[in-house]
Amino acid sequence: MFLTKDEERMLDGEEGYAVKKSMEILVALGDIYGAEKLIQVGSVQVAGVSYHNLGDAGLEFLNELATDGKVKVLTTLNPAGMDLENWQNLGIDPEFARKQNLVIDAFSKMGIIVSCTCTPYLIGNLPRYGEHVAWSESSAVTFANSVIGAKTNREGGPSALAAAFVGKTPCYGLHLDENRVPDVHVDVTADLSKFSDWGALGYCVGTQAQSKISYITGIKDASVDELKTFCASVVTFGSKPLFYMKDITPGSENVPLPKEKITIDKQDIQDAYQTINDETEDIDFVCIGCPHASIKEISQIASLLKGKKISPNTEFWVATSRPAKQLADKRGYSKVIEAAGGKFACDTCMAVAPLKGRFRAIATTSAKGCYYSRHNKMLTKMGSLEECIAAGVSGKWK
Amino acid sequence: MEMKGRIISRGVAEGEALTTTQPISFYGGVDPETSEILEKGHELQGKLIKGKILVFPTGKGSTVGSYTLYRLKKGGVAPAGLVNSECETVVAVGAIISEIPCVDKVDISKIATGDIVRLENGVVTIKK
Repeated sequence: MFLTKDEERMLDGEEGYAVKKSMEILVALGDIYGAEKLIQVGSVQVAGVSYHNLGDAGLEFLNELATDGKVKVLTTLNPAGMDLENWQNLGIDPEFARKQNLVIDAFSKMGIIVSCTCTPYLIGNLPRYGEHVAWSESSAVTFANSVIGAKTNREGGPSALAAAFVGKTPCYGLHLDENRVPDVHVDVTADLSKFSDWGALGYCVGTQAQSKISYITGIKDASVDELKTFCASVVTFGSKPLFYMKDITPGSENVPLPKEKITIDKQDIQDAYQTINDETEDIDFVCIGCPHASIKEISQIASLLKGKKISPNTEFWVATSRPAKQLADKRGYSKVIEAAGGKFACDTCMAVAPLKGRFRAIATTSAKGCYYSRHNKMLTKMGSLEECIAAGVSGKWK
Repeated sequence: MEMKGRIISRGVAEGEALTTTQPISFYGGVDPETSEILEKGHELQGKLIKGKILVFPTGKGSTVGSYTLYRLKKGGVAPAGLVNSECETVVAVGAIISEIPCVDKVDISKIATGDIVRLENGVVTIKK
């Protein structure tokens, strides 16, 4: 890979330890994937924040980088393992909280905005169409590539951090237009009548297209929230963080329609629910917000919960970013949700909080949420917001 | 015997080879405290990778696996070196941040468990 004089100096350690280590990572990745050069990135999103996943080794690594590492571009952070302000109320162990705070301190010292959300594009880290960025967090990577039309590979935590310290990333993979051409035409004949159908569709496209870029037709309309949940699902069950949706996502008018064709019909969607859902009637956990709930979703939750009471046998969480919660506070949505017995889980979510063993069965609107909840040994039910709220109120899935 | 590979992570290492034809997931697949391979059904299940030249085709699994390599190193139970057919992101990043020498693009079928292997400047030297 070609390096400029400045880049050579960074690799030689002239800008300190963190930059040197970062350059070593970027050069190795560039060589592995055949990049010719490094390119500037507009922003970075760093994953690998929950102490649950990092452990003491991860914390030690971050502390080493934080001794002299400062980010060079706008850098935001993925969710942590707990609500940073309200962790006691969510049943988090104090020792876990102490370690998690040390992780956050290290990131903060690096100059990272400790946004702790998987929806950076909703809170101020919004790339423009065609902009090169270096993001981790698969759902956000897919949203950036597909819905916004920015360009990023699916980075891991350390490679995203490396890009932040250098302000650059190796130019390979989805940074190159020739690798952004769709491979398979996915025609959706099923009607998507409720919100969770988008997660089910993501399951179908992800499992069938796998590592291929899909060009999706047959979708008449899609809201940002629907696309957000679809992005999370399609890259959880498949591996490609880029798709096109005809007349909905940017660039869909400029790329060729692939010859290989898959059809997703009503039966496929029903089968996805069969696979994602377990047999259970009792629900002791309801969590909305994977990816993090938008202010619009919070308003819908508040309007459905108004005057109702969450079952004493059920814990009800709204996982969201702190800025969205602050808007909800001002508008009075938070009061309504909390009066009904619901709790806000800001800065965190069901996928990264230490929840193993705490709950038996979860209801959620999110296919990705179901996938990670199974890792936490929960039974799963995916349904519309209305169904999830009814489950929270009665403690039963109907 | 000598094979010229590609340097992923610099450094010199020598040790006894532990080889497998199966990919390794470090996150969840290797115990970060003991270095034991935990993955059910893996042909190296139950083996310790501490001090070995670990020879495997490629990495797999979560990117958090890079931190597992780092934790092994800090705990003094890391492999001495890594040899891959085709290195991927998780192992490459893990090897670099942990300063474990790593070489790829060599024919790993030439290396048998128990061979003494030396890694230096991208050259893999095998003593039977």
